[in-house]
Amino acid sequence: MHELAVTEEIINTVIEVSKGRKVKTIEIVIGDLSSFIDESIRFYFELLTKSTSLEGASLLFKRVPVKLRCYNCQKEFNPDETFLCPYCNSLGGDIIEGKEFYIESIEVEDEDRDSEKYLRC
Amino acid sequence: MKIEIVKNILDANDQVAVLNREFFDSLKVFTINIMSSPGAGKTSLILETVSRLESPSAVIEGDVASSIDSEKMAEFGIPVVQINTGGNCHLDAPMIREAIKKLSLNGVRYLFIENVGNLICPASFDLGEHIRIAIASVPEGDDKPYKYPGLFSKVEAVILNKIDLMPYVNFDLERFKKGIIAINRNTKIFLLSCKTKEGIEVWVDWLKSENPYR
Repeated sequence: MHELAVTEEIINTVIEVSKGRKVKTIEIVIGDLSSFIDESIRFYFELLTKSTSLEGASLLFKRVPVKLRCYNCQKEFNPDETFLCPYCNSLGGDIIEGKEFYIESIEVEDEDRDSEKYLRC
Repeated sequence: MKIEIVKNILDANDQVAVLNREFFDSLKVFTINIMSSPGAGKTSLILETVSRLESPSAVIEGDVASSIDSEKMAEFGIPVVQINTGGNCHLDAPMIREAIKKLSLNGVRYLFIENVGNLICPASFDLGEHIRIAIASVPEGDDKPYKYPGLFSKVEAVILNKIDLMPYVNFDLERFKKGIIAINRNTKIFLLSCKTKEGIEVWVDWLKSENPYR
């Protein structure tokens, strides 16, 4: 449910950055510890961008698995549900990846190519 | 053409949260965001805690609907404002910003924010609080930290409520604690029962010690 407000936020940022150019792709990074669901964002995005300059832009989600730095041996690992370090078998670690939630980049249609197209018309 | 952005999607919320925190600091109001699943005991814990604090408290109640919890607070003479999120699964910083306009915080030293009962969404939204508390309760089972690591990794304290029910259900306390320590070793863990009052003093003493404005 909370993806609605979050998707509006994404759209506002993309509109601001793209400055009217046609947006082809939006890359979004989501850590597995953040509580956001790709499909939900996609659903709201399609709904909210219908008949706008962002209609048809594709969303590319990069999922970041949880990574811990072992409290004991300091090695980094992706935990399973036991949270045991595969190197030293001790429990847990500091979270170094998995909380991400940001727009990494957008791809917009090339201005040059756009103007060429315009000239050809 | 690719344009690098790297912009935190929750920026707008987080900016309002910063303003909220500045506001609380300016009034010396220590603010506590309480999160749990529905029925874990948020309201009971707030009532038990407030009755043991020497300094005045206030409460912001977040619910999808109804004013049951805020009426309970008002019965005990606690200043309270109700936020109905109308279906939304969590509170966010702008909702708190609106709510504090309706609450007189002069002289208040503890503000409890009772988040919407949910172990997933509230964890992502900074409200401008000073500390975050997660409540789990014995009947929910010992696996909660493993299933909802996002929330348990972000709190300063975890309260295990309803420990009086421990003899009647299969609850592996060691497993529960390990699930928290694995991802958040600095968090405090308090075991208590709002029904028998066991363990509440220890929690309240800790909360007082955390409040720089008490």
